[in-house]
Amino acid sequence: MAVIKAKGLTYTYPNATKPAIQEISLKIEKGEFVILTGPSGCGKTTLCRCLNGLIPHFYQGDLEGEIQVVGLDVADTPIHKLASHVGLVFQNPENQLFALSVEKDVAFGLENLGVPREKMRKQVDWALEIAGIYDLRERAPHELSGGQQQRVTIASIIAMHPEIMVLDEPTSFLDPLGAQKIFKVIDELNKSLGMTVILVEHRLDLAARYANHVIVMDKGEIVLDGDPRTVLNSQKARLLGVGIPKATRLYQILKEENGLSTEKVPVTADEIAVLLREVLKT
Amino acid sequence: MIEVEDVHFTYPIGVEALKGVSLTIKDGEFIAIMGQNGAGKTTLIKHFNGLLKPTKGEVLVDGVNTKNTSVAKLARNVGFVFQNPDNQLFCETVEEEVAFALKNFGFKETTWKKRVTWALNLLGLTEYRKTSPFMLSGGERKRVALASVLAWNPKVVAMDEPTIGQDYQQKEILRQFIIQLNTQGKTVVVVTHDVEFVAECNPRVILMSEGKIVADGVGNKVLTDVDRLTQASIVPPQITQIFMRLADFGLPVDVIDIYEAREILLKRLGKK
Repeated sequence: MAVIKAKGLTYTYPNATKPAIQEISLKIEKGEFVILTGPSGCGKTTLCRCLNGLIPHFYQGDLEGEIQVVGLDVADTPIHKLASHVGLVFQNPENQLFALSVEKDVAFGLENLGVPREKMRKQVDWALEIAGIYDLRERAPHELSGGQQQRVTIASIIAMHPEIMVLDEPTSFLDPLGAQKIFKVIDELNKSLGMTVILVEHRLDLAARYANHVIVMDKGEIVLDGDPRTVLNSQKARLLGVGIPKATRLYQILKEENGLSTEKVPVTADEIAVLLREVLKT
Repeated sequence: MIEVEDVHFTYPIGVEALKGVSLTIKDGEFIAIMGQNGAGKTTLIKHFNGLLKPTKGEVLVDGVNTKNTSVAKLARNVGFVFQNPDNQLFCETVEEEVAFALKNFGFKETTWKKRVTWALNLLGLTEYRKTSPFMLSGGERKRVALASVLAWNPKVVAMDEPTIGQDYQQKEILRQFIIQLNTQGKTVVVVTHDVEFVAECNPRVILMSEGKIVADGVGNKVLTDVDRLTQASIVPPQITQIFMRLADFGLPVDVIDIYEAREILLKRLGKK
């Protein structure tokens, strides 16, 4: 079942001379882990804003075409209603946190949705547990490290049990181990709860392994859309300057110069190592 | 030359960010300082231009102790590019922004005009000369911040997390630019946790953890030392991860760069 459907979606910000995204058509199935990537300024963030109604309700501007999220027409559905279905995590957690304790920050969204107290307590504890920050629940968010803060924002989103989670470069301020931990939390939510994930990311070396669908945008349009191995192995992705994983790039080089070949194009260090071990043996 | 001798630094709120750091940076070196969030990387480089002064220990820039020297004076030698360009930019046009420091340093009008033109051209910003910095994209704003520092031609350029929010192509442009600066004899210090970027640059790498330096050496040694990397919350480059899994075939394990990886593997496997 498609949880997100767009057809001919074109959006222009107020006072802008040209559209930020144009003629976007896409389909995202329930439970998919999607990576959305492409050069800076290609319209990724704008597309994310269309998914939870910030566009057109908050940013206004001119929206043409169709976009449906969990069967709701975004243009006709108020933000607060979409917010219970779609959670959005931004790049910089400091822009998103404001309460005096982690627990209060995580509870804020639920309070606004008018969830009863008992249920709220349960959902908050559950979210803190999943994000691995239960022990931090009484701390002030601003005293925490960047990685811990980002986990607070993720907890505050998942506490609302959204069917879809949209994360806009959630790890760019984090060190690699911190980033890996966040990706694992997201992966867990996707695999065990079937939450649909849309992750905007440049650092595909770290993230590609989790995805089963990759969308590449350029100049406001979708230019590649498909399974990760096909998209990341395409010449178009390389020419566009998508940061394809080194494992994939090394495979391409060896394929061209040595004739190394396999059906399952490697996207992780593990995968190419397995392949290389086979050929090194002989 | 920058000499850091047993520097300790405690912020007024009581956080001890540096716990005895010693290091020497020679003229013309290219250094990446890496480590986990909160390891003290930014605190350390803020000592290079006197923005922070050690609580204990000493920092000497070309033999001059930063304790007795103003930031304004030190900044002539050490230019600092902040992580977030919005903390640095405030003028109404890109041109004014780049000219600001030059005017403050007391350069003559003919000189600063020439330098502004040079810096804007160098960073591909000439077309935005009369544009407000706040109309530009994040990546472009970062370049304005860099142009405004390069314009006064400091000997040392220190950049805090220059790759955050930059796509792959912008990073490649930045990498070539840094190498060009370095070739021209400038000392370049980059604070970053972008391990793939550092692997492609292969500079001297300093790893920090909890206010201390835990490793210091050439890129392909430090970035392949898994124990130290883990201590500093860094994951080895993907190429290194691949070679670590092939170690029992007698291949080297200190490989960080894809071109080197290609050579080694083609030699072993043969060309088509």
